[in-house]
Amino acid sequence: MHILQDKENETMEIKKGIAVSPGISIAKALLIDSEDYRIPRRQIKPSQRMTEIQRVRNAFKDAGNELTRLEAAHDHAEGSKIKDIFAVHLRYLRDRSLRKRVTDVVQSDLVTAEFAVSSVLRDIAAHFKKQKDVYISERAADIYDIERRLLKQLLGRKREDVGHLTEEVVVVARELSPTQTAGFNREFVKGIASDAGGRTSHAAIIARSLGIPAVVALEDLTEYVRGGDAVIVDGNRGIVIVNPDDQTIRQYEEYSREFIQLEHRLDTIRQKPAVTRDGARVTLLGNIEFPDEAEIVLQKGGDGIGLYRTEFLYLNTDREPTEQDHYEAYAKTVRVFDKKPIVIRTMDLGADKYTQSKRFAPEPNPFLGLRSIRFCLQNLSLFKKQLRAILRVSVLGDVKIMFPLITNRQELMQAKMILHDVMEDLDEESIPYHRDIDVGIMIETPSAALTAFSLARDVDFFSIGTNDLTQYTLAVDRGNELVSPLYSTADPAVLRLLRTVIQDAHKAQIHLSVCGEVASEPEYVMLLLGLGVRTLSLTSPMIPEIKQMIRSVTTKDCNEVARKVLSMDSERHISSYLRNAARKILPEAF
Amino acid sequence: MTEEDTLENDVVEAELEIRNEHGLHMRPAMRFVEMASRFESDITVSSGQTVIDGKSIMQITTLAATCGTKLTIKAEGPDAREAVEALRELVEAEDFDEPIS
Repeated sequence: MHILQDKENETMEIKKGIAVSPGISIAKALLIDSEDYRIPRRQIKPSQRMTEIQRVRNAFKDAGNELTRLEAAHDHAEGSKIKDIFAVHLRYLRDRSLRKRVTDVVQSDLVTAEFAVSSVLRDIAAHFKKQKDVYISERAADIYDIERRLLKQLLGRKREDVGHLTEEVVVVARELSPTQTAGFNREFVKGIASDAGGRTSHAAIIARSLGIPAVVALEDLTEYVRGGDAVIVDGNRGIVIVNPDDQTIRQYEEYSREFIQLEHRLDTIRQKPAVTRDGARVTLLGNIEFPDEAEIVLQKGGDGIGLYRTEFLYLNTDREPTEQDHYEAYAKTVRVFDKKPIVIRTMDLGADKYTQSKRFAPEPNPFLGLRSIRFCLQNLSLFKKQLRAILRVSVLGDVKIMFPLITNRQELMQAKMILHDVMEDLDEESIPYHRDIDVGIMIETPSAALTAFSLARDVDFFSIGTNDLTQYTLAVDRGNELVSPLYSTADPAVLRLLRTVIQDAHKAQIHLSVCGEVASEPEYVMLLLGLGVRTLSLTSPMIPEIKQMIRSVTTKDCNEVARKVLSMDSERHISSYLRNAARKILPEAF
Repeated sequence: MTEEDTLENDVVEAELEIRNEHGLHMRPAMRFVEMASRFESDITVSSGQTVIDGKSIMQITTLAATCGTKLTIKAEGPDAREAVEALRELVEAEDFDEPIS
């Protein structure tokens, strides 16, 4: 049962996922799992064969011993199920035919023990997964576990991490944490592909900001890729190709050249202003998560930061960030920007381990639960630390505060009251801050959108968070593949809310921006401008393209587009209308 | 059951039917492999065209023997007869599905 294919027969696999960061890359795959194990495909010399085979045998033996110890430790426990599982794993580790398969690979392919273990076990897991019988397909998870256990023995302390790359790679993983993604060196990591993840996952957001092409939600890509395989990541169309044939490689090299040329053209407009053909000025700001991304916003021609997400400070460590942690992160960012505006959003953590771990019982529906500003209003010491830091930093530049997830006026007034309390404290301590700091809110719930006229009286600006606004309005979880096609900001209901908010902001004469994902989509530019939006905050790599779009339209045309769209009642019609309209203006971007 | 004397080794074959509800899933598969491994003889299990090593948990799992599947067990070696008897008893036992004690 030798499933492993030899090089001549390596079949090209085309996998479809979700494109989350644009661009094309063609490079060798670097496979990492969630424990950061690199599985390098290293050839060995024939003389090293016996050593590697012995390493395989030792790994099986040592892994077996480790399991035996674990099994014994669970002897007393309730875990008879755990014991069963260990017993099965142990049986696998003692399976002579399995071990022989691995050593055969070392023998015939002249590869390292780690690589042989990984290849063989992943082949088996893939084989199991294909079976109709649920019991067998679930055993794939056991096989991955056994693979990890064996690799732990083989790699031990010599774990190679992604931080020591010397050649260009495409990182392939089951899933990537924000910390891992943030650590990628752009010089060597040329593409990212993962089984899990969604468009708004943190890893995706970071990939976009770093300008690394990325495709996620590929489901089972890691079963088709071995370290060293040639991989194409098409971050424009959401496709990953493993072991592309020559023709495909040529096609993609051409496609990549065209894309790079487009990028260069876009780069040259970096210094030009974002002004429509008939003279309407649009402000383009960047969305960031880390201080390091601030530079990229400037590089791409952004006029400031419209959304500085502060959650990273909470997610990266075990302990709550101190006021100084906040201050240093914000100060680092503000210094990059000098006089340009920066909008700092207070903590927006929700259904994640940070807020859930502070509860005695996990919430049944965290998305609608004690998250974000609600959590802050009930955890004043945490909230005040952040507010103090933001106020202190306000003397270094043009800083604004934004509260997320405000659903009614009371919440807003409570938050403002606490802000004033903090201001009084700072006064008492003689610590300087900008007293007239602008305070705004995100409009991201239907209730806030529908009462925007009232909320507008007590804030200096709105920023429309179209991602969450769309989810709450359409009652769709965007991350749920079963219903995600229902999610669309082009839905007539969402557009009506958008129009309401924009009009209310204009009437109250407060500043308005759009900071959701639509702000980075060229097809929506005409619609947003036509509705009256004049400030967009988006992911920095897309700033040049959006600017290009703005510079190619007239407000007259945009108003016409908006008018037409608001009279349509089908999301599909609206989407294709917008795409066609945009394509006419900027054909090469589509 | 058929018997042949080939050199010193007995070759014994038997046909069994999997009777327990969930087929040869984790527990029974484990018990089968453990039992088979106690004997010196080589033990193969066939289902249709597929022939696998009865002492390999990996290969038994891929056999995907569901309830009602007919398997042919063949043992070759000095204790072939005992092996086949023991395995038949195990597979046909009432408590084949029970947790490993």
